[in-house]
Amino acid sequence: MNLLVFVKRVPDTESKIRIAPDGQGIVEEGLNFIISPYDEYAVEEALRLREAKGGKVTVVCVGKEEALLILRKCLAMGADEALLIKDSAPESFEGLRVAAAIASLVKQRFPNFDLLLFGKQSFGADNAQVPAMVAELLGIPQVNVVVKLIIEGRNGVAYREIEGALEKVVFSLPAVISAQKGLNEPRYETLKGIMAAKKKEIPIIPIDELGISEDFLTPKMEIIKLEMPPTKKAGRIIQLPPEEAAKEIVRFLREEAKII
Amino acid sequence: MWLVFIEKREGKIKKSSLETLAETSRRAEELDLEVAAVVVGSSFENLTPLWVQGAKKTYWLKGEDLEVYSPEIYAQVLYELIQQIKPEAVFFAGTALGRDLAPRLAAKLRVALVSDCTRIIISNGSLLFVRPVYAGKALLTLKLKTKPFLATLRPNVFPLKEIKDENIAPGEIIEKTIGLNYNGPVAKVVEIVREEGAELDVTEAEVIISGGRGMKAAENFNLLRELSTLIPRSAIGASRAAVDSGWIGHQHQVGQTGKTVCPNLYLAFGISGSIQHLAGMSGSKVIVAVNKDPEAPIFKVADLGVVGDLFQIIPPLKEELRKALAE
Ligand SMILES: Cc1cc2nc3c(=O)[nH]c(=O)nc-3n(C[C@H](O)[C@H](O)[C@H](O)COP(=O)(O)OP(=O)(O)OC[C@H]3O[C@@H](n4cnc5c(N)ncnc54)[C@H](O)[C@@H]3O)c2cc1C
Repeated sequence: MNLLVFVKRVPDTESKIRIAPDGQGIVEEGLNFIISPYDEYAVEEALRLREAKGGKVTVVCVGKEEALLILRKCLAMGADEALLIKDSAPESFEGLRVAAAIASLVKQRFPNFDLLLFGKQSFGADNAQVPAMVAELLGIPQVNVVVKLIIEGRNGVAYREIEGALEKVVFSLPAVISAQKGLNEPRYETLKGIMAAKKKEIPIIPIDELGISEDFLTPKMEIIKLEMPPTKKAGRIIQLPPEEAAKEIVRFLREEAKII
Repeated sequence: MWLVFIEKREGKIKKSSLETLAETSRRAEELDLEVAAVVVGSSFENLTPLWVQGAKKTYWLKGEDLEVYSPEIYAQVLYELIQQIKPEAVFFAGTALGRDLAPRLAAKLRVALVSDCTRIIISNGSLLFVRPVYAGKALLTLKLKTKPFLATLRPNVFPLKEIKDENIAPGEIIEKTIGLNYNGPVAKVVEIVREEGAELDVTEAEVIISGGRGMKAAENFNLLRELSTLIPRSAIGASRAAVDSGWIGHQHQVGQTGKTVCPNLYLAFGISGSIQHLAGMSGSKVIVAVNKDPEAPIFKVADLGVVGDLFQIIPPLKEELRKALAE
């Protein structure tokens, strides 16, 4: 199978976010960056499909040159090739620009792809937009938030998470899948993998060489401001014998919170 | 005109769609705009809630292939409707379906889409959207520059209008039979698989009773289920530690790699309050936490923090709740 996985470089989820003085983004200095957590499930799923059915896994990132680091990680996990679409634009919280870059790349360089895999959303923008947008731009089916995937020949069955249930979805290849936690358990890089990854060359394609039409690239949103959420005022802490604590919880819910 | 996509599940209109309609119609009124709803498929039992929540018109799209949701087909029929009626904005509830469909439609239209809004502001006549980013660690305010633009609104954030049904005059229903102009490949839902005994999803629950590593074993989640049977519209949540221990399915996980929730009440038992857990639940309207460690970070966000052993507190709590709810 010809498998393409798309990953994003994001701030470590543990990190403390600081807002830049201009209120247009975060301060990147001093932050640790990682591969967005859901994207790891997508990489793992692609590796498993290749192991079961043969083929090739190519991992692609749209981002700054610093993102080469996460692409190396994916190579160390076992991906065959990696590629960076270099885009130095700051985080715009817009999905369409990145989706258009990916769709152009796929059309130009990977016309014979079978499956495009994404994480269900990236940490940071938390948009969950790019996978469905790419599917639309390529005119192929999409299944998002997938927790189980079965591919048989040119057909796929995916279980996608919805409120309180799973949807069983059937589709044909080529298609777009976005991964949810539960799909698999991502592997760690091996030492051998890390050594091999170091030797691999990662081609870099500047985003403006992809021939993306202007109406995708012009910003469609204006960032008015990015700010810290209002801090909640501290609540009350009690330490009482169990029966009294239970009474106090119920009294609080009734009289103060007015919930029951 | 603003258009609101109305979602149904098993013939019933989803509450989060009604919240979206209620909020957009409140804002539209300020701007002197009208709100219309759009429903897709033939099996809608009752459209009254749409008039109650502020729709003046409902476009009803009917057609053979529209009974079961498919993102490819729904995006196509909405695209055709939008070309005809030219709304200024199209809104969706930020449900599993809304967040699947809206980006596909945005790409077809090549317009702005803002996901997961938690506030809509009108400031000096311009319309601004606020949404959490970085898993709730920051708030982003945006202005959208395309016509139309698309937005999904986070469920459980916006209040419904409380108006008696009988005081509402029904709006106009405009039926459209859409001949399908889509012959591309589609993803088809063939079955809905329910979780064993699955109650309500955490994203839709009004009360979430959540357990962490402090629950110690899978069977102890029954203590939380017993509390849940007492409280209407409640669901069971969990920390990642509980999910990773195999005590409960990951669809219950709240937090950064789980679900983002904003119930009226979040009850946390034996959850320390890691930054990733807080990312998913700190937007809850009221938080009550029980933890034996007085230093647990969850107490920083709790409205009421109870220091103590959850195994000693839950039994009397059940009794007190039973008494209170019986009254
Ligand atoms: C990339 C990434 C993503 C993550 N995503 C998530 C996520 O989505 N959701 C999430 O929850 N976590 C997530 N985590 C994990 C997170 O960092 C914590 O490890 C996890 O939330 C801890 O769960 P916990 O509070 O149940 O366990 P612990 O931190 O071990 O806390 C257990 C608590 O129970 C209390 N306790 C023990 N016994 C009792 C008792 N008898 N009575 C009362 N209290 C008791 C203890 O005092 C303690 O505070 C993520 C981590 C990473 C790195």
